[in-house]
This record gives sequence, C-alpha cells and structure tokens, in this order.
Amino acid sequence: MAKEEQDKILNEVTQSDYKYGFSSDIDTDFIAKGLSEDVVRLISAKKNEPEFMLEFRLKAYRHWLTMKMPEWAHLDIPPINYQDIIYYAAPVQKAKLESMDDVDPEIRATFDKLGIPLDEQKLLSNVAVDVVMDSSSVKTTFKEALAEKGIIFCSFSDAVQEHPDLIQEYMGTVVPYRDNFFAALNSAVFSDGSFVYIPKGVRCPMELSTYFRINAENTGQFERTLIVCEDDSYVSYLEGCTAPMRDENQLHAAIVEIIVKENAEVKYSTVQNWYPGNKEGVGGIYNFVTKRGICQGAHAKLMWAQVETGSAVTWKYPSTILLGDYSSSEFYSVAVTNNHQQADTGTKMIHIGNHTKSTIISKGISAGKSNNSYRGLVKVVKNCEGARNFSQCDSLLLGDKCGAHTYPYLEVHNKSAKVEHEATTSKIGEDQIFYCNQRGISTEDAIGLIVNGYAKEVINKMPMEFAVEAQKLLAISLEGSVG
Amino acid sequence: MSIDTINNDFADLFEQGKSLLDDKSSKFMNTKREEAFEQFKRLGVPTLANENYKYTNLVPAFDHPYTVDLQYRTVMGDLNELFYCDVPELDTNLVLLSNGWYYNQNRKLDIPEGVIVCSLQEAAEKHSEIFDKHYGKYAKPNEEGIVALNTALAKDGVFIYVPKNVVVEKPIQVINLLRSDRDLMATQRNLVVIEENAQAKLIFCDHTLTHSKYLSNTVSEINVAKNAIFDLYTLQNQHLNATILNSVFIRQEANSNVLSNTLSLYGGMIRNNHYTLFDGEHCENHTYGMYLMDRNQHVDNFTFADHAKPNCVSNEHFKGVMDDEATAAFTGKIHVRRDAQKTEAYQKNNNLLLSDTAVINTKPQLIIDADDVKCSHGATVGQMDDDALFYLRARGINEKEARMMLMFAFAHEIIEKIRIDALKDRIDELVEKRLRGEISKCNTCAIACNQ
Repeated sequence: MAKEEQDKILNEVTQSDYKYGFSSDIDTDFIAKGLSEDVVRLISAKKNEPEFMLEFRLKAYRHWLTMKMPEWAHLDIPPINYQDIIYYAAPVQKAKLESMDDVDPEIRATFDKLGIPLDEQKLLSNVAVDVVMDSSSVKTTFKEALAEKGIIFCSFSDAVQEHPDLIQEYMGTVVPYRDNFFAALNSAVFSDGSFVYIPKGVRCPMELSTYFRINAENTGQFERTLIVCEDDSYVSYLEGCTAPMRDENQLHAAIVEIIVKENAEVKYSTVQNWYPGNKEGVGGIYNFVTKRGICQGAHAKLMWAQVETGSAVTWKYPSTILLGDYSSSEFYSVAVTNNHQQADTGTKMIHIGNHTKSTIISKGISAGKSNNSYRGLVKVVKNCEGARNFSQCDSLLLGDKCGAHTYPYLEVHNKSAKVEHEATTSKIGEDQIFYCNQRGISTEDAIGLIVNGYAKEVINKMPMEFAVEAQKLLAISLEGSVG
Repeated sequence: MSIDTINNDFADLFEQGKSLLDDKSSKFMNTKREEAFEQFKRLGVPTLANENYKYTNLVPAFDHPYTVDLQYRTVMGDLNELFYCDVPELDTNLVLLSNGWYYNQNRKLDIPEGVIVCSLQEAAEKHSEIFDKHYGKYAKPNEEGIVALNTALAKDGVFIYVPKNVVVEKPIQVINLLRSDRDLMATQRNLVVIEENAQAKLIFCDHTLTHSKYLSNTVSEINVAKNAIFDLYTLQNQHLNATILNSVFIRQEANSNVLSNTLSLYGGMIRNNHYTLFDGEHCENHTYGMYLMDRNQHVDNFTFADHAKPNCVSNEHFKGVMDDEATAAFTGKIHVRRDAQKTEAYQKNNNLLLSDTAVINTKPQLIIDADDVKCSHGATVGQMDDDALFYLRARGINEKEARMMLMFAFAHEIIEKIRIDALKDRIDELVEKRLRGEISKCNTCAIACNQ
C-alpha cells in the first residue's frame, strides 16, 4: 500500500468516530406518530397498493397486537414505545424519475458524501444499486441493462405495482407475518425495500446492491427485501446501511426473504454500519432484523456473509432452511461491538433435505463495555439422511469490561448426521503484540493487524469492494478501545 | 392435569401437611422451608417454557397421584440383609436410605474420629452449629422450582461432615433404595461439608426395588473448604417408570479440588442439575458425565460452572450413547464473571446416535465477562468412525463386535476418570453389559430391579 493511502486510512481511523453521522436537509413526507389500523391503511394507500397487500398488512398488524417483544436474547433493551415512532417518512420527489437529473440534488449530495454513486456514468465498479432513504426507494441504477437479461431489480413498491403476481406468490412464504414480533411489525408497516428476480438459467452479470439510509428524525425504518432465484441462476447481493448521529434510539426492523431454486446460488453480503450511539451509549439504532432463505431445490446454495459493526443493539439471525437434497448453506459473520453496543447474532441451519451441508463461521470481537453474543441453531430433522454441519465460533475480548457469550443449540434427530460445534474465547496474545512491537509496529496498529487477520476468514468471502470497506470499518469501530 | 393444578396441589400439600413437615425438623430447617415455599409459589414446576428445561418436559412426570411420605415410614425387613452392594474389592462405608429417608438400622461405619455420617434430621438437631452454617446456603431455591420444592418438603437425607485435616480413606457409599408398593414421590436432601485439608470420596447409588412409579427429587449441597479434595460419583440405575431429579450444588473454596462423575445407566427420565461455584482462587474442578440410553428413556444433564474468582480451572466432559427412541439433552453453561481473570474453562459434549429415532439436543454455552481467560467448548453428534470400524473388520472382528468395541472405547474415556479402581472396573463391566443389552445389575443382586 502506498504511503499516502496508509496515511489516509490512519487519519480516518484516528479521527473518525462515526463518519456517516451527518444528516441531510431533505423535504420529507411524514405521517403522524403512532401505530394503528388507520396508519397501516394510510401507508398502504400512500403507496397505492393492491387489495392483497392491504389485507396482508392488516392481518400482520392484528397478529402483532397479540404478541410481546421477545426477551430471551442476552440484550438489555429499554422498553420501546411503539406509539412514539413515525412509521412512514419518504423524501418528496417530483413525479416519476426519468433520468438521474431528476433526483433531488440534496439526496444526490447525501449519497455522494456516503460514497454511493447514483450516477451510472460515474460508476467505477460493476454494481447496480437500489438506494433506500428512510422509508422509500430513491433510485435504482442499471435497471434497464438488467431488464435485458430478464432480471428484475427494482424497489419493492415498484415491484408491487409492476409484478404483483410475483409478490403475491412469494411474499411471506419464507418469513410469514406470524413468525416473530418484529416480523409481524414489519409486515404491517413496511414501506419499501428491494425486489430481485433472476429468471431460469441467468447468471446476474453484476453485483446487486441496496443501500439503506435513515435520515429523518423520530422515524423507524421498516424495509423488506425479496430475492427469488429460479433454477440454475446466480446472483450476488450486497446490502449496506448508515444513519445520522442522534441522541434518540431509532428502530430498524427489516425482513429479508430469499428463495433459491434448483441448482441456483445466492450470495448475500451485509455490511451493517448503523449509528452505534456515542461513547456513553446514548442514541444509536436498534437493529432487529429477520433474515431467512430457503434452498428449495436440489443442489441450491445460499451464502450469508456479514460484517456487523454498527447499531446500539443488534438482534439478527440470518437463517437457511435446507429443503432440497444436496443443498448447502454457509454463514460467515464478523460482529464487532465497542463502547456500550450490544449484539446478539448468529444463524439457524435447518436440515430437512438429504445430504444437506452447512458451515458456520462466526467471529465476535468485543471491546469497551459491550456485550457480544453468538446464538445459533443447527437442527437435523428425523428423515434427513447424511446431514453435515460444522460450526466454529470464536470470540476475541479487548478489555476487561466487555463480554463475549456463545449460545449454540444443536438438535439432532437422525443418526446419520454429523454435527460439530466448537468455540473458543480468548484475548489477543501478548506475545503476538510483542512480536509486532519488536518489528516497529505500534500496539494500536498491531491490534488492527491481528483483528484483521482474525476476521480474514470471513472478509475473504465478501465481494471485493465490500471487503475493503469491511476492513476499514473494523479498524474504525475498534478505535480507542485499546489502552 | 394442567401445570397450575399440579402447583396448587403442592401448595395444598404444604399447607395441610405443615405440622407434619415441621415435626422433628429443626427450627432452622423450617424457616428455610417457609422461604422456599414462597419461592416455589412463584416458580412452580418448570415447564418447557423455561429455557433451562427446553428439552425436558417434567409435567407428565409430575402429573400423577403419588404418595408422599411426610414422616419416616418403618421399613419392613432388614434392608442390610435385603440389599448388599456386590462390587468385588470395593470396600466402602455403606449407608442406606429408604425412599429418601435415612435408614434407622444402618450398620456402624468404619470412619475416622470426628467424621460424622448421620441423618439430616439428626444433624439439624445435634450438630446445629455446622448444619445452620451450611444448610440452604448453596442450593438455589430462588432459581430452580424443583429445588424450592425440595427445600419446602425435605425432611431427611444424609449428612456428612469431615473435619479439618482428616482423610477418609474408605469411600462413603450412600445407597438410596426406592421401595414402595404404592406410586411414590420421594424428597431427599443431603448436606456434605468437607473442611480444610480434608479428603473424602462419596458414591451415590440409586436403585428402584419395586415396580411402582417413582418421582425422586434430590438436592445435595456440598461445601469443599480450602485445600480439600473431594470426589463425587453418582450412579443412576433405575427402572423405566422412575423420574429422577437430581440437583447438586458444589461450592469450592481456594485451592480445593473436586471431581464429579455422573453415570446414568438406566432410568425412565433423568434430570441432573450440576452447579459448581468457584468461590476461591486456584480451585480445580473436573465434571464428567456419561449417559447410555435406549428404549424411550430420557436424560437431561444441565451443568453450570460459575467462575466467580480468578485463577480457577474447570474441565467438563459429557458423553452419551443413544439408541432406540431415547432422547438426551445437554446444557453446559460456563460463566466467567467480571474480574475472574486467568480462568481456564473447558467443556466438551460428544454424542453417538445409534438409531434414527434417537434424539440429542445439546447447548454448550459460554458467558464470558473477563478478558484474560482461556475458554472453549465443543459439541459433536455423529456415528462411529468408518475407518476405525474398517480397521477392526479387516482384522477379522465381526461388525457387531467391532461396533461394541468402539462404543465401549467411547464410553471408557469417562469411566477412566474415576479415582477408585474397584469402582472403575465395576463400571466398565456394567457398561459393557449395558451396551450388550444385558440387564445392567450385579450378578448376585437379590433384588428384582430393572424389569
């Protein structure tokens, strides 16, 4: 790496706490605070949705009313007043966007600042982006180029209008609205998100990406992503997110549903960098996400890769249902918590089809006064022959005030299954730091180096652009945690 | 019956039987009883909704009209004649309990001076200075419903006291005989106090002697003082109609060394709660367990290693073989508290499934709040190693025998940790018989158990 580049990164590392913490002044269409059946109807009406959507939302809302917020996670969450949240906020836009020039310049400026190019000409990398701000999708790039191949990549709202049959067929099939408290809430009030449809035999030529940004105050963000991959298709999907620094806690409850059919492959990568709150633990995003994929056909493959550095509280378990014979799934995760952050994250692998395979690699890094938990389930059902799972969960502790916890659940109902789990917890070896010091590397840099090496196994699984961002994020998140 | 009815029935039993419960129990015990009952009213019998009982449904076991003895029932015949433990070369101090009550005609023991082995009732009265210092201090009636229930209903059990610097060479063997012509719920409460520098070995054996349905709820509190060395072996061998709830609470003081080995060979439903509190530096603890289950048996081992002080070492290993429709669960918790630096805690759980209807659920957990620690856990579920099987077959050993050898080797890893040679050989023999499907009782045993 060139000297200047190094200096730049070092500068970034030492100066920035959270560099995406600015907020933008954008004309935003709000609805009143609070949640009721009328609000659900209003959101549906605002989005001009067909009848089936409203019904789905109302069913979800009514079911949500009967549910309680789950308390089993190793998290300390103050009670959330669900009536004190604005459930819909969208940047005001002129009619329909014809070209890039129609996007509000302030929004463009916001995303330029975030380093997300909305302008296709300026794109360096081959990535199509759907940008979601607060509750609605602002712009989807490369839509036309993708359409030529039959790929549908658009905002969820557009999909509801343009492909209602697909939405009706797949929405809620992987994560039903009854699934859990936050899934029910999301199903009732979700505003936008991305929709991806890859037709049979098509290999998506570029990475698809959604960038989520919370901007407005007092709002919650509820988006929904649906990815359908027909037989023999392939797609790599990326998700990134940031939010401004505010003293309040904002709620983010999302749903991701992925359907992978025969021989198809999906890679889903996330770099989650919501505002984590300040050093005293004030503010930050509550990130309560339900992500689940189903490998429906034989030989289907689903890979989750995630780098979790943001959010005050993370509650997230990307899961895979391995239904098709010989289907496989992998889960790679790095979760970093610092200051007062709390994370309870992991995965579920449900083996149903014969000879299904899953791998779980989870790396937790805790610093400051944070708590970082891995919670995972590997389940092999009775008639599932020859299932194979390997899980490895390592925790690294930086500092004596933080906690690292591991809660794996292994449920095996078939004798032919081979399931292994191992976990270790340790701190960075003094000998490793000494080795670096000896070679002129300062302690702070040495720790960055060691942490990056520790996380490498996961970061290597991410697409190139993300991997670079993820590495920088790791360094920033841990800034100041070593004394 | 719903769980509420069961809990209410216990409340009625407690209130109506209050005078019988208090009778012959010391005042201190009765105070604890009252407190625990309040806790039980709050907690009740644990249900599947309780995360620690996620895989063990106790409700059907409790849902039965059991007889409960609130007073010592005179034993018909001489238990010493009826039952004798036939373990060659295992010379122990034999203590018999009948349905959780200390047998009133136990033979005289060969124990060093100062060592006390007696009934809990007697200890509460005669040795109240020791009893009151330890009783109810280590068990957690505020967390475990069944422990609260035990404390509320307990009247008797065994009390063992080993004074400072005394070494009890001969292991103390406590045999609890469940023998009743009516379906019975037994409550047993044990207290073991090992003073500084003392050493002792304790063997708990459970046997069912009649075909009645049993529910046995036992709580043992064990305090191991500084520099003391203590071994605990628990042998569970009951018939299919028995539910055994066994909660052990061990507190270790500085430099103490404890080995606990729980061997579940047979039984309808077994739940073991094993708590260890490290309340001093440089303690060493080894907790082992083995379970061999078949038919529709169920075993659930719950362990909790609470590292409250720095520089302690704990090592935990549980192994199980499940056949037929047997189900097993394992939950291992290691909690390293803040500032319990330099802790080393290891935990392992290995399981062999022999049939497609057997089930294993395992939850090894690490809760770590200190940074300078070495902790690991591992869990595996699998079948026999094909290569090893091939190796044996290639040497002319038939498949059945080869599998038997591998299974036996699998189980032996736990058995070899036993620090009493005679017992080790005996268990080896029992396990081999057990794996071969023969009834796992001693050859000369006069009692028709396990049928």
